[in-house]
Amino acid sequence: MGHLSSDNRARAKAIVACYPQRRSALIPLCHLAQAQDGWLSEEAMEDIAGLVGCTPAEVRGTATFYDMLHTEPVGRHVVTVCTNIACMLAGAYEVLDHAEASLKISVGQTTEDGEFTLEEAECLAGCDNAPCVQVNHRFFGPLDADGFDALIEDLRSGRLADTVPPHGILSRVDRNVGLPARAHRLGTVAGKQSGAATGAVPE
Amino acid sequence: MITRAPRIVTSRVELPDSFTLERYLATGGYEGLRKALSMTPAEVAAEVNKASLLGRGGAGFPAGRKWSMLRRAATTYLVVNGDESEPATFKDHMLIEHDPHQIIEGTAIAAYATGVELAFIYCRGEFALGFERLQQACNEAYEHGALGADVLGSGYGLDIVVHPGAGAYICGEETALLESLEGKRGFPRIKPPFFPAAVGLYGEPTVVNNVETVSNLPWIVSHGGDAFTALGEGSSRGTRLFALSGRVARPGWFEIEMSKTTFRDLIYDPSLGAGIPDGKSLRAFIPGGVSSPWFGPEQLDLGLDQDAVGQAGSMLGSGSVVVMDSDTCPVRAAWRIARFFHRESCGQCTPCREGSGWIEKIMHRLEQGLGREEDIELVLDACDNVSPGLGWPPKQTTICVLGPSIPSAIVSVAKLFRDELLVHVKDGVCPFPPDKVRRG
Ligand SMILES: Cc1cc2nc3c(=O)[nH]c(=O)nc-3n(C[C@H](O)[C@H](O)[C@H](O)COP(=O)(O)O)c2cc1C
Ligand code: SF4
Ligand code: FES
Repeated sequence: MGHLSSDNRARAKAIVACYPQRRSALIPLCHLAQAQDGWLSEEAMEDIAGLVGCTPAEVRGTATFYDMLHTEPVGRHVVTVCTNIACMLAGAYEVLDHAEASLKISVGQTTEDGEFTLEEAECLAGCDNAPCVQVNHRFFGPLDADGFDALIEDLRSGRLADTVPPHGILSRVDRNVGLPARAHRLGTVAGKQSGAATGAVPE
Repeated sequence: MITRAPRIVTSRVELPDSFTLERYLATGGYEGLRKALSMTPAEVAAEVNKASLLGRGGAGFPAGRKWSMLRRAATTYLVVNGDESEPATFKDHMLIEHDPHQIIEGTAIAAYATGVELAFIYCRGEFALGFERLQQACNEAYEHGALGADVLGSGYGLDIVVHPGAGAYICGEETALLESLEGKRGFPRIKPPFFPAAVGLYGEPTVVNNVETVSNLPWIVSHGGDAFTALGEGSSRGTRLFALSGRVARPGWFEIEMSKTTFRDLIYDPSLGAGIPDGKSLRAFIPGGVSSPWFGPEQLDLGLDQDAVGQAGSMLGSGSVVVMDSDTCPVRAAWRIARFFHRESCGQCTPCREGSGWIEKIMHRLEQGLGREEDIELVLDACDNVSPGLGWPPKQTTICVLGPSIPSAIVSVAKLFRDELLVHVKDGVCPFPPDKVRRG
């Protein structure tokens, strides 16, 4: 038995099956583990390593390259304030300062109740709504200090539960129609040529 | 001049249910693919060649030519680049959320034309809703028969996998994107030999095209390449999505006929940017993403044309225009751009990894009023170490062009705003008002 629930293990296998080489599923499976736990634990990384055919160190080494993959626990809501050029010109640092004061934490920290982690982001491609904020990668903006507080209040009260799923959940829709059959055929070809990790996923 | 060009990629994005299969089919969806499948792959490629469609991902390479460069092999791949993370660029994000089927249809047309049976759409991880909608649209497209073993009854088989990124700007660079898609860190590959058309995904020949590029294909196939070239001028044909942000009254995306419209139109026309708010004036603007050298008011009458902007010493790049008004501190803006590159450098090349850090530090102390006059030469010297000569287009000493992009903003400030830099040094403080959230 691995760390992923049996349900998620089935989903993981369906994801692995989409690719000609298993290793390609590494990032999608990290997202899946974060959807289950909210973050990427050591146990989850071991599980993923088994599923994609590499070592846990390789999973960690890859995951830590990416901003969205958290190898330490985070709050239920990860609040990211963009401070890049368009948002900065619209007052994003003012919003970020306010966010720190209002949540009583610094960038990178989590509130004591585990509700909020605050992050500073590079451009989120929401610059038409600058200053722009994401909560669990759902967009909000333009926001001023009052707007930020109202957002936090809505999150605390659960009023935004439909729009903002718990941290880690990217898509609430699985790919479940017509899973790529071609991946396997191509995988066999590619696998033979490069000797890469392909084929059946171990139980 | 604002022309009445047709909406090619944004015809349905403002409808509330634009992302559903039902709405897509009701508005002519998948007809371009149906037509393409009635032609030979070579005929489809010829039509796209005729359209002179330039890639919309930043480099502006002709799509038809890119396809023809694909090395012949038993297995080839198509990867659609939806990683959009160039600061102030937000057009692909909009297309992904509001017209995912158009991306799938365009991907299918490109795949058919290039003989690809398995294509990937790499969606920036931060676009959670967009990723969800692409997944949903893919499910719907399979149910509808537009994807799968027998696409629209043609006998051609295509699978599409939507792949999520996980937060790294560098993964927009096409070879880093392929590494990421192979489940690794997003380290750009050395070219040659790793030109994707020769040695791409899993070592196989691979076409990488931008989301907006492929979104044009259903229209081009339906209306013909000639209808596309009837729009625009010179090498810049068709329409293009521009992302306008910063100190303008109406920030947003606008689909505009290429070449005919000027930066002045884009920034000031009431139907587009609607000018600069609060009675301020224009100080400078960034014409094509933060990797591009800045322009001042003198360049406002340049057309939104790839060649014209190139000849003027910058680039149309990712199609994002950032406006700085008279209250904007240009030093602060350049520092923030340097900070971005420092944070996003993948670290493989010394000039980029170390240079970006030094440049960021020096710009920061200059902006804070803690710099010395010699710092101006020092920061330019650091830039010169990253991209020797500081010319345009920049010289490259690194694996990818992120490195050589770093000096653009800094050199722009040194050239256009040396006086403002010196005031920072002399007064020991930034002379501009802080960036404040404007209310209302
Ligand atoms: C640092 C860097 C970041 C890039 N980011 C993107 C991006 O986010 N989206 C994109 O389509 N192209 C991006 N590109 C360009 C791609 O490498 C590639 O040229 C493009 O996806 C090709 O598509 P096109 O020919 O349709 O324009 C980037 C390039 C570099 C050097
Ligand atoms: S130029 Fe910078 S981002 Fe590009 S490969 Fe080198 S270190 Fe990485
Ligand atoms: S600069 Fe903040 S979302 Fe683009």
